[in-house]
Amino acid sequence: MTEIVKALNVRMKFKAVEALTDVSLGVAPGEQVALLGHNGAGKTTLFRLILGFIKPTAGSISIAGFTPGSDAARRVVSYLPEQVAFPKMLTGREVVRFYARLKGAAPGDVQAVLDKVELVEAADRRVDTYSKGMRQRLGLAQALVGNPRLLLLDEPTSGLDPLSRQHFYELIADVSRRGCSVLLSSHGLSELEARTDRVAILRKGRLVADGPLAELQHQADLPIRIRVRAASGAVDTVHAEIGGGRINCASVELYCARRDKMRILSKISGLGAQVEDVDVASPTLDEVYRYFSNNGIEQTRRGDIQCTA
Amino acid sequence: MHGVITIAATEIRIGLRNRWIILSSLILLAFALILVLLGSAPGGEVKTDAVTVVVASLSTLSVYLVPLIALLLAFDAIAGEIDRGTLQLVLASPVSRGAVLVGKFLGHVAVLAIAVSFGYGIAGLVAFFASGGGDAVALIGVGRLIASSIILGATFIAIGYIASASVRQTGTAAALAIAIWLFAVVLFDLALLGGLLASQDGVFARVVFPWLLVFNPADAFRLYNMSAIDAVVVGSNLGGAGSALPLSGLATMLSPVAWTAITLGLSTFILKRVRP
Ligand SMILES: Nc1ncnc2c1ncn2[C@@H]1O[C@H](COP(=O)(O)OP(=O)(O)O)[C@@H](O)[C@H]1O
Ligand SMILES: [Mg+2]
Repeated sequence: MTEIVKALNVRMKFKAVEALTDVSLGVAPGEQVALLGHNGAGKTTLFRLILGFIKPTAGSISIAGFTPGSDAARRVVSYLPEQVAFPKMLTGREVVRFYARLKGAAPGDVQAVLDKVELVEAADRRVDTYSKGMRQRLGLAQALVGNPRLLLLDEPTSGLDPLSRQHFYELIADVSRRGCSVLLSSHGLSELEARTDRVAILRKGRLVADGPLAELQHQADLPIRIRVRAASGAVDTVHAEIGGGRINCASVELYCARRDKMRILSKISGLGAQVEDVDVASPTLDEVYRYFSNNGIEQTRRGDIQCTA
Repeated sequence: MHGVITIAATEIRIGLRNRWIILSSLILLAFALILVLLGSAPGGEVKTDAVTVVVASLSTLSVYLVPLIALLLAFDAIAGEIDRGTLQLVLASPVSRGAVLVGKFLGHVAVLAIAVSFGYGIAGLVAFFASGGGDAVALIGVGRLIASSIILGATFIAIGYIASASVRQTGTAAALAIAIWLFAVVLFDLALLGGLLASQDGVFARVVFPWLLVFNPADAFRLYNMSAIDAVVVGSNLGGAGSALPLSGLATMLSPVAWTAITLGLSTFILKRVRP
């Protein structure tokens, strides 16, 4: 099946700034991909290229086989920009109806998408009475109208409280289950809470990671933290046995590679009553993200920690 | 076509909701009524009928107010939508940029038309009945004033779009719109007057001046309305210049119409190059 988005070796240069360098990215039908990166990494630029608002300096992009910005491509894609302020004087329903007509959607679609984003009750109120979460759902509603095959969402959940954010991702997951591809950007992995099929990470315009979350975690191979609380008076013995560093007079902390984890844990359990408690922490999503987006700073840290077990 | 109608209808709806239409109607009506009152002050001494006098003063008022209202309507059209991010949404949908501009144009012209018809229509009727009915032909003059004011407004709406599509900030677009207004309806005429005074031999007055007068859509509008009134009342102010004009009568309105067509095309061209 043809990919909905196919970007090949895309380079985008604004006068002095090279916003994207040799980016290749595909999105399959029904796939949900998260595009991550710090501010200025090039996420919005990639969206604008996919929409055909700007043309790449080099490389090529096709949208379901069509040229970005062509009528056929614009029928495939829907967009929710990072910042959008709908006319305050209009009601939510009028806003959605406006975009529905521009996209040639069936009139019944308006009610259906308002229902989906749970704005039916507020639909006939003016937009300036909406909360931030409602505005964002209205933005999603205008993107959903007309059954697009690809949703482009630029940082759709930044600035939302955790509950609205979770609700928003549930809506997106639902849309994606119905076969619509979703490409959404975010500046943190923890925000996503592992909801996407695939994660692509941009760093200063370069794609530094692209794969399922589990694969990225594997690839980063970040150290696992093990914290052992020794029984009273046994901390020195424990420290001598497993190494690492003492963090207070009762606990020892060490970092180890994943492949060493079981070996160390069995050693700890061999200490028997001298160990009171063990706490094992896998790297958080944020740490995985920082590993890729900060040029592997974490890697240096891992190098510093001796794993003397 | 679908897109054009949708965009135009939404502009009208917004114009109604944000009190734009009501406000500009009331401003026009207020000024017009003041002129009606002033016009009827001399009582029975006026030799022409009151409505015609009011039409004459209203057409002078229009030269200032209508371009201002038009530019204020237009300056936000593109720059404002870029600012608010909604232009990206519109351009991401399958409508052409030409359709976006034409839709906005039709919507804004409709907003202006409602305001002008309402403001001048009421004032005209007040003048008509206040002067005890009289010649109904005078009411045709009011209709002509309203129609030509709408054309003048359309011209400045299209000119305003050039300002709005050329910059990315609404504030800059607003400043540009005010500058255009100042130049077209105030400074231009002052410059012409200066030219007339400066050129001793009269070549400027005979050869250049009439063309420059017709070139400016606001002056062309004034000329048209004055000549229409001249046809009714003999011996009006601009009679002297009238004979030497390159265009006369209804043809004078070709100037604003041509300006509208050219600037609408130009602003579409600029909009096509905008990278939202
Ligand atoms: N129109 C533009 N002109 C010049 N530089 C730009 C333009 N748009 C984006 N950039 C630059 O390109 C880089 C990527 O920007 P952007 O795609 O907006 O990043 P992100 O959305 O990931 O925060 C930034 O350095 C930004 O300054
Ligand atoms: Mg961005």
